[in-house]
Amino acid sequence: MTTSPEKGQLVTANRLRDGIAVFLTRSGVWSETIDDAALALEPQAAAALESRAKDDEKSTLITGAYLIDAERLNGRVRASHIRERMRALGPTVRLDLGKQAEGTGAGFAAPEGV
Amino acid sequence: MYRYDEFDHQFVRDRTNQFRSQADRRLKGELTEEEFRPLRLMNGLYLQLHAYMLRVAIPYGTLSSKQMRQLAFIADKWDKGYGHFTTRQNIQYNWIKLEDTADILDALADVEMHAIQTSGNCIRNVTTDHWAGAAADEIADPRPVGELLRQWSSLHPEFSFLPRKFKIAVTGAPNDRAAVKVHDIGLRLHRNAEGAIGWEVIVGGGLGRTPMIGVTVRNFLPEHELIGYLEAIMRVYNLYGRRDNKYKARIKILVHEIGADKFKSEVEAEYARRPQASTEVEQRELQRIAAYFAAPQLEKLPRWSPGFEEAKLGNPSFSRWTKNNLGPHRADGYTIVNISLKPDGGIPGDATSGQMRLMADLAERYSFDELRVSHAQNIVLPHVKKDDVFAIWKALEAAGLAAANYGHAGDIIACPGLDYCALATARSIPIAQSISRKFADSAKQDEIGKLKINISGCINACGHHHVGHIGILGLDKKGEEYYQITLGGSSAEAASIGTILGPGFAGHEVADAIETILDTYLKLRQPGEEFLAAYRRVGAKPFKEALYAAA
Ligand code: SF4
Repeated sequence: MTTSPEKGQLVTANRLRDGIAVFLTRSGVWSETIDDAALALEPQAAAALESRAKDDEKSTLITGAYLIDAERLNGRVRASHIRERMRALGPTVRLDLGKQAEGTGAGFAAPEGV
Repeated sequence: MYRYDEFDHQFVRDRTNQFRSQADRRLKGELTEEEFRPLRLMNGLYLQLHAYMLRVAIPYGTLSSKQMRQLAFIADKWDKGYGHFTTRQNIQYNWIKLEDTADILDALADVEMHAIQTSGNCIRNVTTDHWAGAAADEIADPRPVGELLRQWSSLHPEFSFLPRKFKIAVTGAPNDRAAVKVHDIGLRLHRNAEGAIGWEVIVGGGLGRTPMIGVTVRNFLPEHELIGYLEAIMRVYNLYGRRDNKYKARIKILVHEIGADKFKSEVEAEYARRPQASTEVEQRELQRIAAYFAAPQLEKLPRWSPGFEEAKLGNPSFSRWTKNNLGPHRADGYTIVNISLKPDGGIPGDATSGQMRLMADLAERYSFDELRVSHAQNIVLPHVKKDDVFAIWKALEAAGLAAANYGHAGDIIACPGLDYCALATARSIPIAQSISRKFADSAKQDEIGKLKINISGCINACGHHHVGHIGILGLDKKGEEYYQITLGGSSAEAASIGTILGPGFAGHEVADAIETILDTYLKLRQPGEEFLAAYRRVGAKPFKEALYAAA
């Protein structure tokens, strides 16, 4: 178990046919779960991920791919910006459906008590 | 009731077929996202945070029960069983698949609905008073004029590539429920001393990052001159409106940059130059369209309904609901039922498919088959006999639709915010929920009285926060959410833009801050004085002191 998080970048996009937010994994498939994402710790690795994503854009798998800052701790991935955390999580006001209900959202709880 | 004519039928079908092939080509990779994006937006399809979102227009907020049932069917078949009624008389579906969209558009066309002109730099769907054709204070039903404008503006070649989107609102009543002063063009009907009617034309209002109240360019324009005159306004805008900077491209910026007088004289000059001074066509069209909005055959009833009065006496919750949620109807014995889509702690404007069906059933049975959608994200049954109100209330209560907060603290307008919207900087729904929970106590809400709390999740202001008596704007501070509070806004006849009270708050602090503001109001108000009036009298100072003194 690591105690300090690994910081890096990952690639996210929306799947073309249904628009679901997805994350690029090490094996090159796109996962709905941010925890599965490949985290690039160096700029070259990030660029490689990005170029793989561009290919998948051309083959109409996904659309609008981009890099985001994130960190991994104990196998869980957390995006730096709240917008990306929301994309990973699904709407925080409907815990009964989508990624929230399936538990595929992310390794952090929905912000509560607002 | 409002219906399509044969042109619309053909046109909407053609458009759906076009979109089917466009979506197909996109899925096959023949179109890039850059090429496809404007095409999907023209058909109301957005890509949001979690999926595609489809925005469907509800022209003049008017729906038949059949249409409402179809909306429920779409929610069940292609979405997750619910829809969100927006602040512009639309419904949005949050979980739409690109591959299903053409089928959905077909299902909409089956009931004469579509998603055209809900997006893009065109003249958007015209909005009106949700009590149109029913309200006691109305001079005339504004929807025929709205429809004339729609037919004129739909795919108008000259106005399809405006500098920016363009929104028109119309009201036929002196009490403005359509927020005409904060639209690109607002039209307001007046009756003069001789009993003739004419339209006040207001230009250059708007919200967003530069909120402005519109200026009146004509006080009393005859109805048949509307198209010619609005065309002159559009021409001036098309010619002088800025296209270099999207934030300066709305007509409000033009009006305020060159000044209201100069703008007015440009419009008058353009109007004087119009190629076709005769308005024969408009007059004929207006008559034809008016028949589409023919008023329902109301019965002659006594003003007083003993059954209704008795039910109120026997049931305090019902009595309270009738006090807040009914509106004055123009006919004796009838009333306007406002169904609040704001249950305590709920999501403003969301309705499940089951709730949609129930409301459709009630409309079919008790309201001449007609429903309305309001920009405050509520549903209206416009023509209900007082005798039937108790039965309606019981059905609503069983479906979780009997919130008695219409026009009160719990009746919060909130845009989807960061829970769904790709442009958002902060969440708005959870803020609305926390405030709604805080004021769930009905006695407290009644004590506070009429109040509009409006929340937007970013500067685009879809939640109309600038014109909330209390406005809340969600912003992003170094990747985290925080909220700015404004006081004193209003979208009514005496429209005003709210002013920022002071430093912002974290999400979990907002509901307490609102409570402090309202407690301050309760202490300083004069007998019978509503929040907005009290604020206008005393200014921001006492509220600031109460809110920031402790910090
Ligand atoms: S105000 Fe901003 S966050 Fe809210 S719906 Fe509009 S664009 Fe989205």
